[in-house]
Amino acid sequence: MIIGKNITKKFGKFKALDNVSVKFDKGECIALLGPNGSGKTTLIKSILGMVVPDSGTIHFDEQDILHQWLYRNQIGYMPQIGRYPENMTIAQVMDMMKDIRTTGHVKFDEELVKSFGLDKILDKRMRTLSGGTTQKVSASLAFLFNPDVFILDEPTAGLDPLSSELLKQKIIKEKQKGKLVLITSHILSELDDLITEVFYMQEGQLLFHKKLTALKEETGESKLSKAIAKIMSGQPA
Amino acid sequence: MKTACIILLIFTVKLAESKTILVGKSRTVKTIQKGIDLAKSGDTVLVDAGTYKERNILLQKSIVLKGVDFPVLDGENKYEIISVKTRNASIQGFRLQHSGRSEMRDIGAINIYDSYKVTAINNILDDTNFGVYIQNSKNCTIKNNFITAYGKNEVQSGNGINAWRCDSLLIIGNTIKGHRDGIYFEFVTESLVWGNISTKNIRYGIHFMFSHHDTYIGNVFEDNESGVAVMYTNHIQMYNNHFLNNWGAAAYGILLKDITDSDISGNHFTKNTVGIHMEGCSRINLHSNSFYDNGWAVKIQASCDNNDFRHNNFSNNTFDIGTNGSLVLNTFNGNYWDKYEGYDLNRDKTGDVAYHPVSMYSMIIDSNPAALMLFRSLIVSLLDKSEKVLPGVTPEELKDKIPLMKSLPL
Amino acid sequence: MKNILKYVIVDIVQNKIVLVYTFLLLLISLSVFNLESNSAKGLLSLLNIILIIVPLICIIFSTIYIYNSSEFIELLVSQPIKRKAIWLSIFWGLAASLSLAFFIGAGIPILLYHADATGFMMIAMGLFLTIVFVSIAMLAAGLTRDKAKGIGLSILLWLFFSLIFDAIVLFLLFQFQDYPLERIMVFLSFLNPIDLSRIQILLQMDISALMGYTGAVFREFFGNSLGISLSFAGLIIWILIPLIFSLKKFKAKDL
Repeated sequence: MIIGKNITKKFGKFKALDNVSVKFDKGECIALLGPNGSGKTTLIKSILGMVVPDSGTIHFDEQDILHQWLYRNQIGYMPQIGRYPENMTIAQVMDMMKDIRTTGHVKFDEELVKSFGLDKILDKRMRTLSGGTTQKVSASLAFLFNPDVFILDEPTAGLDPLSSELLKQKIIKEKQKGKLVLITSHILSELDDLITEVFYMQEGQLLFHKKLTALKEETGESKLSKAIAKIMSGQPA
Repeated sequence: MKTACIILLIFTVKLAESKTILVGKSRTVKTIQKGIDLAKSGDTVLVDAGTYKERNILLQKSIVLKGVDFPVLDGENKYEIISVKTRNASIQGFRLQHSGRSEMRDIGAINIYDSYKVTAINNILDDTNFGVYIQNSKNCTIKNNFITAYGKNEVQSGNGINAWRCDSLLIIGNTIKGHRDGIYFEFVTESLVWGNISTKNIRYGIHFMFSHHDTYIGNVFEDNESGVAVMYTNHIQMYNNHFLNNWGAAAYGILLKDITDSDISGNHFTKNTVGIHMEGCSRINLHSNSFYDNGWAVKIQASCDNNDFRHNNFSNNTFDIGTNGSLVLNTFNGNYWDKYEGYDLNRDKTGDVAYHPVSMYSMIIDSNPAALMLFRSLIVSLLDKSEKVLPGVTPEELKDKIPLMKSLPL
Repeated sequence: MKNILKYVIVDIVQNKIVLVYTFLLLLISLSVFNLESNSAKGLLSLLNIILIIVPLICIIFSTIYIYNSSEFIELLVSQPIKRKAIWLSIFWGLAASLSLAFFIGAGIPILLYHADATGFMMIAMGLFLTIVFVSIAMLAAGLTRDKAKGIGLSILLWLFFSLIFDAIVLFLLFQFQDYPLERIMVFLSFLNPIDLSRIQILLQMDISALMGYTGAVFREFFGNSLGISLSFAGLIIWILIPLIFSLKKFKAKDL
């Protein structure tokens, strides 16, 4: 579904992405892992077209995404830190997004809006919201349009355990519908029941991209966090 | 009483002697020229209404030629309508139209040559080349005439009232429009120009040279292409005239060139590109004039000396005084300037610090016309403000030491 | 694009600064017309407001607004919308709301007190300057990511167009005093939208005769309909060029 070839992106002297190639398929739930500054967010933003790579290509459904925009109709994106126009209320933001993404979508998936209880505070202005509530808005927006691909950047950071669980259930539900889910997260324990593949990055380079089952077999660990720890400790520093 | 009786007696005798000749289509005398020919000195020729095409009418007798209900004298665009060569004659109440034009001679509607005490009163002159043309004459009166032309360019137009080598003329209450120059004097002395209105002329409202000792009172010069220009003359007196709306690239309220020993006071200069432009002028007394809404109120070239500006009002002008060079031989004391920002602590109704009426930008334009591109820009107002505080470019000596705090009731 | 434009305008209108700006303009215009003895003089006082205050407010407000909208822009960029549409929506939103503010604040008083060719030209130039300086602000904000630098740059640009450019012109005038410079001046005036607007407004005023007094070139060139059309074209180019450059910059920008 998403194929990237030799993506390189520099910010000044710093190489955020160094010749990274990716292949993400439908029906998978892929964890993008790696230390801070390893290029996960840059990779996501490249896929979304927010960052334009210096070299390399990205294809979405066999289409080059450079200067394209319609493919984003099929993506639900939840940013790491959701930032919204401060003067708008939650309802206005929702309406605006619906307004903007009119093409193709008729049925809105408002499950998260309800389960997060956002429908009761629709009149609140964005600047008055806590970080967690803002995350809930971001999550709701990502799922609102029933897209084929979800890109979730640190989705559970800042969410309370209950909401976090709600979100996880929702992700699983969507995965089962055969959709592609990309997640970055630092809380590895949360990912165990979610993901099918692990995409591990370090210093802008792809270290490995494996099925979760294969990874667990290789390391002999049953928990993702332990498996990763084992691999990392085997790595030369 | 006795003297009065004698005068009355003489007058009655004279009256008894003079007769009136009636001219008209239905009269025995059909043409005006015939009427004049029949008349004797002191007679009146009374002309009925109607149109008379008599080519050129020659008036060489001391008679009164008078129209009833404005009979029309038509020059058919070919002829000089009336030519006068006499003493004590008068032309009244005619409508003279379509005078001839010539490249060789100055042809007009009423032409007065070598005459004495000739008057032209209450006539309407319409579409004439020259209106009233006076040459080598004395003590003539041109009064209450309406003189209109429809000139298109300077070369092919004549002047409204044109006088050459005359003395003691009275030009009073005429309305002159659409000529080359409304009033033109050359070598005309000791004359009075009073209460005339000269507007919409192609060149100047009034234009004179070598015409000394003349007086101009209460005239209105408005909307003339180039305003008013007077030159090479001394001892002029100009009182209470209005110089209005002479806007244009080369228009002046009044252009004074080589005018000396004169008095210009109580005049109004309103909405002119330049209110007064002075070149080579000396010893002119300018007082109690009002300068309002002009581009430059006064432009005074460095070639002027000993002119005195006193008790004038300067308000709403873009530039108060413009000059070239830094030599200042003229005085500007005791005027009101609306741009003055000084104070009057001792309450003597004059400002305690001097006012410099020349702005830096007006100096810049004078030496560098292309600087007009920056007219009313921020940089110019900043420069002007700083120059006011610390004069460097503008002539330090050109100043009003006792500027008035309040405008004068002029 | 229409959808985004709607939200941008609503957002700007909710911003109290634009309302204050409108009210301030209205206050100044009305007091200028009521205090001056004749409306022509009022118009002349208003000229300085249009040539100095309007560009300043427009460029600074727009720059700050663009920086403050970075979240909004980021949100939109991740959505299925063309970047061009986002950028142009912001441009048109700023241009439309500031133009409206100018029209209400200065345009209506001018129409009430001085509805003639001069007044119309003044309104037209005010609107042009509003849009030109929004466009320049887009470029200034597009050139640097740092908000403080961006605002500094836009103030500098304003200072350049309202003062420094003219100072340079004045300097050149004195340096090349002995040459006929008027045609060059006509050319130079096209390099500064404020100069271009000022000359056009002045030529519509009575005072224009002064500009013809020493040299007829200005009047001849700017006074006829060809000159006016060229000036308008010049101002449109002044809108387009910074906008196109900023759009290019924005299309390649990493968010």
